[in-house]
Amino acid sequence: MAAAKTRASSFSRNLSAAAPSQGPGLKCGPNGLVFLSSGIPDLDKILGGGFPLGSLVMVMEDAEAPHHMLLLRNFMAQGLVHNQPLLYASPARDPRGFLGTLPSPAASKDNKSYETDPDQSKNLQEKGLRIAWQYKKYFGENQLNFDGQKGSLSLDGKHEYSNEFDLRKPLDRHFLNRQHVDCVSIQDSPDLSVLRDRCSTFSSQFPRNDGSVSCAGRIAIQSFCAPQCAYSNMEWDMLSFIRSLKSMVRSSNSVAIITFPPSLLSPSFCKRWQHMADTLLSVKAIPDEDKDLAQLLTGYQEMVGFLNVHKVARINTQVPVILEATTFSIKLQKRRYLVLECLNQAPVDGSSGTSYGTSGSCSGSSKAGNLDF
Amino acid sequence: MNQRSSNLLDEALGLDQTIEPWPLRGRAVVIEDRVETSGSFVLHHLLKRSLSPNSSNVSIFIAFAQPFSHYDRILRKLGCNLVLQRDNSRFFFFDMLMLQCPGGHEGITPEGGLIALYGKIHKTILALPEVSRKNVSIIIDDLSLMEVAVNGSSDYVLDFLHYCRTLTSEFDCSLITLNHEDIYSSADRPTFLLQMEYLADILIKAEPLATGLATDVHGQLTVLSKSMNYGQESSRNNTSNFHFKVKENIVECFYPGSRG
Repeated sequence: MAAAKTRASSFSRNLSAAAPSQGPGLKCGPNGLVFLSSGIPDLDKILGGGFPLGSLVMVMEDAEAPHHMLLLRNFMAQGLVHNQPLLYASPARDPRGFLGTLPSPAASKDNKSYETDPDQSKNLQEKGLRIAWQYKKYFGENQLNFDGQKGSLSLDGKHEYSNEFDLRKPLDRHFLNRQHVDCVSIQDSPDLSVLRDRCSTFSSQFPRNDGSVSCAGRIAIQSFCAPQCAYSNMEWDMLSFIRSLKSMVRSSNSVAIITFPPSLLSPSFCKRWQHMADTLLSVKAIPDEDKDLAQLLTGYQEMVGFLNVHKVARINTQVPVILEATTFSIKLQKRRYLVLECLNQAPVDGSSGTSYGTSGSCSGSSKAGNLDF
Repeated sequence: MNQRSSNLLDEALGLDQTIEPWPLRGRAVVIEDRVETSGSFVLHHLLKRSLSPNSSNVSIFIAFAQPFSHYDRILRKLGCNLVLQRDNSRFFFFDMLMLQCPGGHEGITPEGGLIALYGKIHKTILALPEVSRKNVSIIIDDLSLMEVAVNGSSDYVLDFLHYCRTLTSEFDCSLITLNHEDIYSSADRPTFLLQMEYLADILIKAEPLATGLATDVHGQLTVLSKSMNYGQESSRNNTSNFHFKVKENIVECFYPGSRG
């Protein structure tokens, strides 16, 4: 009897989970997961919704290029736009300075006309956003309902879960000021206890209970094993920090993202780190003038690098997520917007003989659906 | 057991014939996986098998990797209610997510935490009724995190495992562990891994396909079953190799190329 009862409840949960009000910028997913956006709409689609709450995301940096910063910036800016508290740790002397480089949410593509007049667009956007936030208090963030009811609101409604960011426009100051943004410099601390405490107090703000999730936190740690950190040769300590961070995050409604240069770790530890990650990504720059690549791939001019998806978070399920493609090109569209695309081979002579990968459509995984661009 | 739920994995482990007495009794099962292919589904499968309703097995689950809710959801989808089994004292869950033994250099031995853990396991087994004491599975997920918890002193982990191994002879327990093979592949002397493989009676390796991952084949399993000391073919180790696809409610195993 008891078994039947619990089983029934487990089946009904997904249905009921669609109903409760989620905080801004949160989305229900399968297996009782709640997603928050990575700040890159394409990445959200690839990962099947975004980063699940309680997961640890690790990004392997390219030692020669700061592409991981692109991911971090969008991740952090998205959190600030959604009014989600942020903890940012970096080996820089003044981590708060990095906040000044965060991008600002862009007007949607339909509203490109506004961009001719930046002032107007900014005003309108600000106004729109403010209205949306005011409404949010009253309507349980059910954006779909009032999406399209009013012109200016639909603009924001559309951006509700995941914004596109204009990398050339800095994030408005007011986003930074009214936030609980916590910055830590990990350069000087001789060991990881300070950072551990900060993370622990931060994540304890979002205790996990089975009810609806009202707020989520984001933890971003940049270049965790950078050599300027005093602890960077204490490999086991770093590992146990990651492990405890993972369990902190698991028991709270937050997402942690750690970027690290894998070349600085010994191969065996690098593997250990990779095993720790729920979602594992890597970024790689492409050389400026690589003639061969330029011939092979379409749209080479706009590309700045590659993103590899090694592992997609598998929480509450044992089924692995198999993506149709794991390598994506990072492009800066109009030098403003960060987009990810499947690699498309340029038409080549038959002599080269590789036919796979030439599919014209850039579909992501079956779950992610088609990428539109 | 109905026909469908028996598959190649069960056959390779000898779980297809009988579930009582527990075929893995007194044996050590070592599962190895890689970053690309997680082997945790084998753990879930074995856990489900050991908790199957027509046996009287008891499972002790030592979790370093995931919280209870994670396993609960997965096992529920496999058709096994962990909460219920916990209430029936057939499933014991030790949440070790936050276990962190102090560093080994200053006085306090990192063994402390693990010795205490062993004590808990031992006590749990002793507290069981005589009947079920014979059919206990100790499941550890996973060993690499256990190493992290003791700050890298893998010798302590090995000691712990040898203690657990003595339980398998004392009480005929089975010991099931998960570890990550690729962590050790770069080391000159992967002592820990070799020790584990030596300890194992059954070695299960989950590997990705050389051609990459596909939606209908998630990887391949190699099951090496070392000879038991009786029976005709005792001199030979049994190896089986097959592909698998992990689903929410079942793991499909099939020979390479046998599926269209």
